[in-house]
Amino acid sequence: MAFNTIAGAARALRDGRVTSVGLAEQVLERTSMVEAQLHAYLTLDTDGLMAAAARADEDLAAGKDLGPLHGIPIAVKDNMTTRGMETTAGSRILSGYVPPYDATAVERLRDAGALIAGKTNLDEFAMGSSTENSAFGPTRNPWNTDRVPGGSSGGSAAAVAAGMALGGLGSDTGGSIRQPASLCGVVGAKPTYGAVSRYGLIAFASSLDQIGPIAHRVEDAALLLDAIGGHDPLDSTSYPGEIEPSGARLDGGLDGIRVGVARRLGGADAVEPDVEAAFDRTLAAMERAGAVTLDVDLTSTEQGLSAYYLIAPAECSANLARFDGVRYGLRVDGATTEQMMSRSRADGFGPEVTRRVLLGTFALSAGYHEAFYGQAQKVRTLIREDFARAYRQCDVLVSPTSATTAFPLGDRTEDPLSMYVSDVFTIPSNLAGHPAISVPIGLDRHDLPIGFQVMAPALEEAVMFQVAAGVESLAGFDTTVPFDPACGLRGGVR
Amino acid sequence: MTWEAVIGLETHVELSTESKMFCGCPARFDAEPNTNICPVCLGLPGALPVPNRGAINRIMQIGLALNCSVTRRPVFHRKNYFYADLPKNYQISQFDLPVCVDGYLEVGGDDPVRIGIERVHQEEDTGKSTHRGGDGRISAAEYSLLDFNRSGVPLVEIVTRPDIRSAAQARAYAQELRLLVEALRVSDARLEEGSIRFDANVSVRPGPEAPLGTKVEIKNMNSFRSLERAVSYEIERQTARLSTGQGIVMETRHWDEEAGVTRGGRIKEGSSDYRYFPDPDLVPMELDHDWEARMAALLPELPSVRRARYEEMGVDAAQAAVLVGAEAGLAQLFEDATQAGADPAQAANWATGEVVATLRKAGVPSVGESSLAGPSLAELLGMIRQGALSGTAAREVLAGVIAGEGSPAEVAASRDLLQISDTGLLESVVDELIAANPDEFARLKDGERKLVGFFVGQVMRHTRGKADPKLAGSLITERAGF
Repeated sequence: MAFNTIAGAARALRDGRVTSVGLAEQVLERTSMVEAQLHAYLTLDTDGLMAAAARADEDLAAGKDLGPLHGIPIAVKDNMTTRGMETTAGSRILSGYVPPYDATAVERLRDAGALIAGKTNLDEFAMGSSTENSAFGPTRNPWNTDRVPGGSSGGSAAAVAAGMALGGLGSDTGGSIRQPASLCGVVGAKPTYGAVSRYGLIAFASSLDQIGPIAHRVEDAALLLDAIGGHDPLDSTSYPGEIEPSGARLDGGLDGIRVGVARRLGGADAVEPDVEAAFDRTLAAMERAGAVTLDVDLTSTEQGLSAYYLIAPAECSANLARFDGVRYGLRVDGATTEQMMSRSRADGFGPEVTRRVLLGTFALSAGYHEAFYGQAQKVRTLIREDFARAYRQCDVLVSPTSATTAFPLGDRTEDPLSMYVSDVFTIPSNLAGHPAISVPIGLDRHDLPIGFQVMAPALEEAVMFQVAAGVESLAGFDTTVPFDPACGLRGGVR
Repeated sequence: MTWEAVIGLETHVELSTESKMFCGCPARFDAEPNTNICPVCLGLPGALPVPNRGAINRIMQIGLALNCSVTRRPVFHRKNYFYADLPKNYQISQFDLPVCVDGYLEVGGDDPVRIGIERVHQEEDTGKSTHRGGDGRISAAEYSLLDFNRSGVPLVEIVTRPDIRSAAQARAYAQELRLLVEALRVSDARLEEGSIRFDANVSVRPGPEAPLGTKVEIKNMNSFRSLERAVSYEIERQTARLSTGQGIVMETRHWDEEAGVTRGGRIKEGSSDYRYFPDPDLVPMELDHDWEARMAALLPELPSVRRARYEEMGVDAAQAAVLVGAEAGLAQLFEDATQAGADPAQAANWATGEVVATLRKAGVPSVGESSLAGPSLAELLGMIRQGALSGTAAREVLAGVIAGEGSPAEVAASRDLLQISDTGLLESVVDELIAANPDEFARLKDGERKLVGFFVGQVMRHTRGKADPKLAGSLITERAGF
């Protein structure tokens, strides 16, 4: 019997129906069958995983129970540092880089007994929405290998969806957890900014980045989030107070919940009919379950995409300045230090990263700073105010996670703007710093998963997960990827 | 035409905190290269800064001592530029909301001038490059070594308004600022070690009403003297150019100590574009009134106040300045001596004169490292006043005390230096000498009064300097019948 939920595996471990070694073997066996098709992992730590699983079994047998993640194999996006394990951020410039320390989220996973199965593929430095910007080749969607898994946490989403780990960590700067979760038919949550420490997360845009969970079930995502969350003195922006556990109200139901419907969030248009239909079906089901829906006006979010594509590049232009060939990573020699730096960066960064660094450098430069970066910050304030107004009327906001289901590889790589628009529904939560989660609710006519986004005010994760759990149960979506041991995963246009 | 120099100083002060500005590494950079480092100060991927509250406390004290107002919500900005010893290729610094703004420092003794302080801001130091091969400069080097021990050490930058008008005033400001920083105990404030560094912006204009001229930044001054020389040279250079109709190029010039000139380097094309923006890794600090009040309460007596107090005690102004300006141990010696009853003027005189000279001669680096304490000095001065020691003997006793031979009384006794003030004892010596020098005594009696000196000299020689010369003189004149 295969386990694909954390909560289920945790019960089985304690009932003696499975061992951690058994879970690790299951994950590795599945990986050996599908990884050649998917390329979800950049590093698969087979030996480390098996050794840690054996220790987890010994500990559990000896009565040392570290909690629900004890002995569970987890996949970590390769932009979080792992002590002694290569961490590349999907970039050639960090190829071969082995960090001397664990990111706080990784350390907390280990402390909770979780096993790090490996490091997953991503768009270079988390910049992209399809994982095609990885310097090490794209990841494919396990529901259809001709399609992208979304991005930038496409590796973690694909690995979890395909059973190559029971849960995963992603990072979300403009939708990089929720959009791939949506496209891969799994649950993905971006917590409140500051709820999870960013220490050890290789920064893309510091004021927007958040680490969050990817899993098959809302309950599992809450377990992961509660393990990695909480104040960290090593991150000044980490929230210092207590936050209600994400999983505290999973059984709370939807009765009486006020749901604001943000159908055109971010100025979204061209939502695919199947996505729109599934969204409407879910809304209707929520109403039947006692939720009250109302339309909300979030006009300012129409400027969100533009503001995001100034703020994120501006911050990344400084964050990525440290990759210069001097201390670590790729070095391409030159006649002078400056030449060495510029050659290392020219060879080390891919085109999308280069584009954003240039864009951000320009947006911050003298004479343009106020018109671009300054203006974008004002938009951000307006969006926060719009959200605050909306939350006076409702407990959560909902929208589709993505206007489309998984698109074919290569479909949007020629036109960066078409790729940027992929995140139109997800970006506003990052700009506001609010939590948001994507829950799979069904398949489109091509058998590709559709995601439903639930957003909540800052620090209201418990309410958000309550509603997400309600949606999950109404949708009754089976997250199991069609897999034929003889033919592997499905591909091709159907 | 009278040319007027307009000078502003930028001072960097390395704070003497235990740990660095944004990580827990020791803020000591004299250790083996690259031993006091961590992911944060090395700029490793994923590392994040956390501000050091101890550094914030210290910068607030500096600002308050400079009469600045404290910004309630100061902000850290990123200052972006690529340099091999700047690990993140941006420096966390401050831009439009520094910790302290709008203060002043008074300098110049009798005719004090108020030098405006524009801002006092916090930043992190860079690592250190050492270029090997060639002439030691980066352009000709074969390779460079990087030491990141200094990376992230808290730095405070103090920027004056362009209120300084002469090289001497620039020096006076720099010296007063160093004293202030030293009094606050927030930095080692050693010029030689670079824990306090001064850069000067110099321009010259045709009179006080004229608009400001093109300014030149001068760097690389490693002593107060070189600061004064460099500024003075630069004023002359600019005046000479302007007087002959030549222009001034906006640039950074380096002071060449040996040649005594400033030398042009890179030409500044306008101001560099550092693309400042608020560091999203750091949240704005809340420096509320309570915090400010706690820091204000910690301020010690400032150098200017202390000088005034010494002068009120009767100390000569120049000596008061020396006491406040010298190593802290000397002023402490003075304070302790007067506390133990010494006369302030006499104590200051001795402390700044004999004590300093004797220590130097004995090769003792500071008062604190000698066995001389305030009460001993008071005892010594008391013995002089009571006539128990001559000036000469007192200097010898001081040397003995500094050499660790014991208290002044013990040294005077063991070295047999106590003055002979016993009239009976001296009378017999005087009579003996009169008998031995009958001719001279006869001439003295005849009115050749300068021979008193001869006899006093004889007495002193006879007693190996221990006789009270005044007493001896009066005994001799008495015998001669004056």
